[in-house]
Amino acid sequence: MANMAQAIRLALHYAETHMDLQDVFGQDVGEPLGGVFTATQGIKSAWNTPLDERGIIGAAIGLALAGDRCVAEIQFCDYIFNTIDLLKYAGNILWSTNGNYNVPMTVMTPVGAGIRGSIYHSHSFDAWATRLPGWKVVMPSSPLDAYGLLLSAIEDPNPVLFLKPKALMRVKGEELIPGEPEDEKTLKSMIDAPLGDRSQWRPQWPSVGKYIIPIGVGKKVQEGTDVTIVTYGRHVHLAQEASRHLQDVSIEIIDLRSLYPYDWGMVKESILKTKRVIFLNEDTEVTNFGEHLSYRTTQELFYTLHAAPRVLAGKNLPGIGLHPVLEENSVPQVEDIVQTVREVVSEVP
Amino acid sequence: MAGSKISNRSGTKSKTSLKSHGVTHPVAISSQANKTAAGTVKTAKTVGKKGKKPSLLLPSELLVNMYHLMVRARVLEERMIQMYRRGDAFFWIGGPGEEAFGVALGLLTKKGHGPEFDYLHLHYRCTPTLVAMGMEDEDALRLMMNRTTDPCTGGRNFSNHYCFPNWNVLPVSSPIGIQYGIGIGTAIAQRRRKNDAVTIITGGDAGSAEGDFASSMIWASRPGFELPMYITVQNNKWGISTNYDSQHGEKHVSDRGRPFGIRTAVHNGNDPIEAYLAIKSDLEYIRKTRKPVLSEFRVSRLYGHSSASGANRVQGEEDCLLNFEKTLVDNKILTSNECQKIRDTYFEDIREKAERIRSEPTPQKETLWDLVYANNENADWRKF
Repeated sequence: MANMAQAIRLALHYAETHMDLQDVFGQDVGEPLGGVFTATQGIKSAWNTPLDERGIIGAAIGLALAGDRCVAEIQFCDYIFNTIDLLKYAGNILWSTNGNYNVPMTVMTPVGAGIRGSIYHSHSFDAWATRLPGWKVVMPSSPLDAYGLLLSAIEDPNPVLFLKPKALMRVKGEELIPGEPEDEKTLKSMIDAPLGDRSQWRPQWPSVGKYIIPIGVGKKVQEGTDVTIVTYGRHVHLAQEASRHLQDVSIEIIDLRSLYPYDWGMVKESILKTKRVIFLNEDTEVTNFGEHLSYRTTQELFYTLHAAPRVLAGKNLPGIGLHPVLEENSVPQVEDIVQTVREVVSEVP
Repeated sequence: MAGSKISNRSGTKSKTSLKSHGVTHPVAISSQANKTAAGTVKTAKTVGKKGKKPSLLLPSELLVNMYHLMVRARVLEERMIQMYRRGDAFFWIGGPGEEAFGVALGLLTKKGHGPEFDYLHLHYRCTPTLVAMGMEDEDALRLMMNRTTDPCTGGRNFSNHYCFPNWNVLPVSSPIGIQYGIGIGTAIAQRRRKNDAVTIITGGDAGSAEGDFASSMIWASRPGFELPMYITVQNNKWGISTNYDSQHGEKHVSDRGRPFGIRTAVHNGNDPIEAYLAIKSDLEYIRKTRKPVLSEFRVSRLYGHSSASGANRVQGEEDCLLNFEKTLVDNKILTSNECQKIRDTYFEDIREKAERIRSEPTPQKETLWDLVYANNENADWRKF
């Protein structure tokens, strides 16, 4: 099975050959590296830019205004913050021009902790991203979802932020991408660049097919009846692992996949069933996106709840410390999820 | 008929002849204009035979057309200032004083839709350029009065924040300087198509301090990947209330292009003839070489930054329109009476248009969520 980096590569290849994707660019995304996570390796339309995040986002906006599809990468979301006004601008162009110009651009950037990335390779961006009206925001938790969401993002006529959970970039999937070789060694030999001199290397792309995951549609990854966990990205996996530690609790896990627009119908239906909910993510906890979902839950479902909605998120710290003790106490871990579930299911209305 | 409200330097309203105040003759070209880093700009010079008046280098018909457009742009801006004062609009920002540069630019643009034509990333002093490109006066007034009929923003944005997709006029932004970085993208799109189209960017001297200005030069001059970008700065020596000399050590903003090997020049942007010839030369160079140019145009700011500072006529600023009018009269291309008639005609015409547009519809709350997403896809979370 492809890992997420390979899935992103396959999606970009499909898009540049079938969806008129013209440019994939950012720092180190072109040859020889193909991205710090190798997610753009072998992509013929990938090229390197100056180390200039504002230039990268500015160029993407300009290309989109000219009608050319592009995927721009900010190497780590930790370095996207100096482009925030450009992101805001991209999000308001259609609206502020009364529909004169739309901005079909995709920005992808790795997010989150989990790789011992220290203070400036561990930030999250989901809460910030959901405060950019006019953008759509997606985050996959599996290679197949990465493939389908990235194609959706590229196809979308609006600006889309594709947040890559960096801790999952080497995690293999459980479902094949359409056209993906069943033998992962075969796939690796076809599309992974060799170590050392790559000057003569060219990928041998499998004949992958179109697979679209509509933006705004979540995925129920686990059925349950006692409590709902609404999450996305790598915390889908941590929630599943926590569930394995909680055999006596029936946990429903929803992978939102799209943060904005989000699948409220799926969330609401689940909460109406379980009557208890935890919103789980690793961005900092104050003005966290989960707080919006929690707010909506209390506004619309208050009298059906059997426990107060919880937001389990990263501590409101300036950064993620490098030492494992610091990192693991900054963002939710499996044991934190287990504890929170215990607390929520023990509440008596 | 009401008299023109075009003001002379003393700030008084003139109904008769306009007065020049000892400014350099408009046909004279600034000495810096021919000094460049990456080449020599072919400069315009006064040409004339001994004992005869110098030629103005451009056909009389074009000069008269430019004068008409400059007057129209000025009258339009002054009308908008008056609308603000009357309470017909919430805010005014615009470009009186940039007519010489702006009209020349608008006339020289390869106008059309898509990457085969020039892209214009303009700043919010660009009414003269749009007037020269063919914008209807009504559309500027609709934008000023936030009417639903405003074709640029539907009543959502300030004056001078134009966008006209059919002419590749990209949205004018309020954040200063971001157009320099966004221009990179349209220039890449044009470069890819191997055409002769140019990405044109305008901005102020204060905005050149933003990192996006540096980005535009870095990206435009990447070896082997040079971009067809016309990077311009309209240096009026002010950023709201802060003057250029107190913040900039560089003598000319355009000097900053030299380390990148970009052709640079400084021009008198108050002289429509010099501006026209400089822009024409610059655009021809870019169309042919597909390489960038950075040109600085010295201009005036006749009514301050915006209505926030009163939008009163500023004393002591050179007025390109007064100068040009004197040139045309001195060279017997127009008479003073003809100039006065032109101004009066535009004044009355635009006054009538403004009155008419006051009655056009205003935005309704039902449209608030419209067009957040393309195809009017719902963006209101309450309806997810």
